[in-house]
Amino acid sequence: MTAPTTETVVVPPSRISTGRLPKGSPWAILIGAMLVSFAIFAVLNAGSPLAELNVAGALFVGMVIYVVFIYVLSLIAESRRHATDRLMTALISTAFVIACLPLVSVLWTVVSNGLARMDPTFFSWSMRNVIGEGGGAVHAIWGTLIVTGLAAIISVPIGLMTSIYLVEYGNGNRLSKGITFFVDVMTGIPSIVAGLFIYSVFTIFFGPGIRMGVMGALALSVLMIPVVVRGSEEMLRIVPNELREASFALGVPKWLTIVKVVLPTSIAGITTSIMLAIARVIGETAPLLLTVGVTANLQLNAFETDNGQMMTLPVFVYNEFMYPSASSPDASLERAWAAALTLLLIVMLLNLVGRGISKFFAPKTSGR
Amino acid sequence: MSTTEKVPARQAPPEGSIKAKKRPGDLAFSGSSLGAGIIILIVLAATAVFLVVQSIPAIAGDPDANPILGGENFWSYALPFLFGTLWSALLALAIASPIAIGIALFISHYAPRRLAAVLGYIIDLLAAVPSVVFGLWGALFFSGFLQPFFATLTETIGTWPVLNLLFSGPVSATGRTILTAALVLSVMILPIMTAICREVFLQTPKLHEEAALALGATRWEMIRMAVLPFARGGMVSGAMLGLGRALGETMAVTMVLSGSPIVAFQLLQSGNPQSIAANIALHFPEAFDTGVNTLIATGLILFIVTFAVNAVARWIVNRRAEFSGAN
Repeated sequence: MTAPTTETVVVPPSRISTGRLPKGSPWAILIGAMLVSFAIFAVLNAGSPLAELNVAGALFVGMVIYVVFIYVLSLIAESRRHATDRLMTALISTAFVIACLPLVSVLWTVVSNGLARMDPTFFSWSMRNVIGEGGGAVHAIWGTLIVTGLAAIISVPIGLMTSIYLVEYGNGNRLSKGITFFVDVMTGIPSIVAGLFIYSVFTIFFGPGIRMGVMGALALSVLMIPVVVRGSEEMLRIVPNELREASFALGVPKWLTIVKVVLPTSIAGITTSIMLAIARVIGETAPLLLTVGVTANLQLNAFETDNGQMMTLPVFVYNEFMYPSASSPDASLERAWAAALTLLLIVMLLNLVGRGISKFFAPKTSGR
Repeated sequence: MSTTEKVPARQAPPEGSIKAKKRPGDLAFSGSSLGAGIIILIVLAATAVFLVVQSIPAIAGDPDANPILGGENFWSYALPFLFGTLWSALLALAIASPIAIGIALFISHYAPRRLAAVLGYIIDLLAAVPSVVFGLWGALFFSGFLQPFFATLTETIGTWPVLNLLFSGPVSATGRTILTAALVLSVMILPIMTAICREVFLQTPKLHEEAALALGATRWEMIRMAVLPFARGGMVSGAMLGLGRALGETMAVTMVLSGSPIVAFQLLQSGNPQSIAANIALHFPEAFDTGVNTLIATGLILFIVTFAVNAVARWIVNRRAEFSGAN
C-alpha cells in the first residue's frame, strides 16, 4: 500500500469513449425507428380497423430506417470502419429475428386454426363413413403410434449397436470410418427415396400395390437409424475413459464393461438422442404415403397384407388438405389443422421431454 | 451442443504379450455390434440396387406401353422435373445461405453467452416442425400473405430489363408460386445450415480472434479477417447439406405448388415447374404397372443427385472436424 498522493489527478480531456456513440444509442435509435415506422403505418391505416394494421410492413420499414440511420450517424460521429461494424451488427441481428418470424407464424397459425376441432369427436372417431363435417383422426393417431413405435423398435437396437461398434470396437479402423461416412450421407437421403426403396423390396415379394404398416416402419427406420447412430455415438464418446480402464483393471470383460459401465453412464444422453430421432421421423409424410397408404378406417394390424393400409397423422393432414371433401371443404381443412396441431404437440413434447431427460439425469462429469 | 472428444488411442500391446481371453459374451457382443454396422452399409447398397432394378423397365422398356410416359421418351419426361427440383432447391439455398450465416454469427459471436444456448434451441425447434405442417402453413397462410408483395414486385421490378426474366407478370392470384415454395424450403433448411456454420465458427482459434481485436479491428473486421476465412469450408458444406435437404424435400413443394412439367424461370406466375419428389408423391398412389417403375426411376435420379451433393459436403466437413447435423 502506497500512501495516497496529495496531488490532484488532472482528468484527461479524452476518454476511451470519445469518438464513440453512447452505449445505449443503438437501442434508442431502434425504438425511435420503430415508433416512426408504426406512426407512418398507423396514419396510412387511419380509416380502417386496427386489425388491418400491416405489422410486418411496419417492422420491415422500421428496420430499414434503423439500419440507414445508425450507419449515417456512426459515419458522422465515429468512422467508416465503425459504421460498417454497426451496419453488420444490425444486419446479423436482423437475420436472427427473420428466422424467428416463421417459427412464431407457424406456431400461431397452427394453434389458432387447429383449436377449432380439438374436441372429443376428433379423438374418438375415425373417418369411416364420414363425408362432410365431423369425423376424427383416431385411426391416424393409432397408425402414427404403431408405425413410429415399430420404427423405433427396429432402429434403436441397430443404431445403438452400431454406435457401440464405432466407439468401443472400431478404434477408427477403415470399416468404422466408412460406416461413419455413409451414416452421415444417409442422414441426407430424401425421405421419399426411403419410401421408394422399401416399396421396391416389398413389391418383389408381395406383388405390386402392396401397402402395409410395417413397410412404413421400415422406411422410417432407414431415416431414423443414422440419427440414432450419430446421437448415441456422441454420447458414448464423452464417457470418460478412466471409467472403462477402472472396470478393465478389475477384470471385468469388455462386453460387461459396456453393459454395466458405459451404457448406464450415457443412458440419459442416449435416451435424448433416441427421442429426438423419433420426433424427427414421426412427422415424415412422403415415405408413409408411398408405403402405408391412405385409408378412412381404423387399422391396427401393421402386418396385414390384404388391404393393409393404415392412416398416419402426417398423411392425414396431407390427404385432408389435398383431397378435401367435395360437400364441405372447410370441414376437411379444419381437420387438417387439428391434426397438424396434434402432430406438432407430439413433436414438441418429445423434444422437451427428451432434452429434459439429458439435462436432469446427466451424470456428473465434473472433477476432471 | 455437441462436444466431440476423441477417445485417446489405446496403446497397442507389445509383441507377444498376453492377449485377453475371448469370452463367448464378448464374441457375441462384438459380433452383433459389427453386424449392426454392416447392416447399415447393406441398406444403403440395397437402396441403390433395388432402385436401379426397378428403374430398368421404365428406362429400357417400350414408352408406348407405359401409362405415365404415354409414348414419350423417359429422359424428356424426367428432365423438366429435374429442372424443377434443382431450381427450387437453388432458390431456397440462395435465400437461406446469408440468413443462416447471419444467425450462426449472431449465436456464436454476438449474442451474450448465456443467451446463446437458448437461441440455438429456438433454431433447433424450427427443425422439429414436421414438413407437412410447413406445407400446410405455406399453402394456406404464407402464400396468401405474400401475394400482395408479389403483385407489387411484378408491377415494379418485373418491368425492368434483365430482372423481368425472373419477376415478370401476370402475377399468380393465389400466391402459390415457386418463390413461395422456395421460401418455405429455405425456412426448412435453415436449422441444418445454421448448426454446421455455428459449429465451425465456434472452432475458430481464439488467438486469431483476440489478435485481430488487439490490433484494433472492430468486431465485424475480426469476423471478416479471422472467422470467415477459417470457416469457409464449413460454410460451403453447410450450404451443400442444406441443398441436399431442399432437393429431397417433398411436402413443402407438393402442397404449396400446383406445378406442371415445364421449364420456366419466372418466379411469380401461376405456371410453375414441378419437383421430382412432389411429382412422385402426387402420382404414386394412383400409378400402376410400368408407371410405378417410371416414378421409381425419377426417384433414382433424385437419389443420385442428393447422394453426390451429400457425399461431397460430408467429405469437406470431415476434413476439418467430426460433426454431423444428425442431432
